[in-house]
Amino acid sequence: MIVGKVLGTVVSTVKHESYRGLKLYVVQPLGADNNFEGDSFLAVDTVSSGVGDTVLVIREGNGARQVLKRQELPIRSVIVGVVDEVDVVRGRGGEA
Amino acid sequence: MYLGKVIGNVVASRKAADMEGLRLMVVQPLGHDGNPKGNIVVAADAVNSGPGDTVHLVSSREAALAFKVSFIPVDAAIVGIVDSVDVEARP
Repeated sequence: MIVGKVLGTVVSTVKHESYRGLKLYVVQPLGADNNFEGDSFLAVDTVSSGVGDTVLVIREGNGARQVLKRQELPIRSVIVGVVDEVDVVRGRGGEA
Repeated sequence: MYLGKVIGNVVASRKAADMEGLRLMVVQPLGHDGNPKGNIVVAADAVNSGPGDTVHLVSSREAALAFKVSFIPVDAAIVGIVDSVDVEARP
């Protein structure tokens, strides 16, 4: 999983039926120091998150299908939590 | 899952039998700011998109799940035509 920030919304009228009723967000991964790190991607929301929220995202198909409770889904990135706080301890080998 | 722009299509007469009938589109992946990001890909189209459309795609095994026929050997699929992307400016 990764921690990311919801930057915005993607709206599509014509889309695969498995995306109906789901919110599709632009998510920017965050590094340990809470800065933007890496490329943004798209993810489907399952926890009523919103733009500006820091969220937990799973980017794996089997997990996505498990959370959405359906088998035949062309979806592999799913927001599975809204993050209250991230606490990273420095000096344990992961020096910046 | 990512955004992209359809910039063309691919015609391949000789291909794997499981790929018969697939619409294969050339797509330039985009960042959320609309700028090109990364190399072009060929994606199977599940929503009847066309050149010029901004679309969203899914990669890997989930691309195959966009199609009712099982099990298409594709690793990228167009699963939506994008009406708008609304991103707040970074403070």
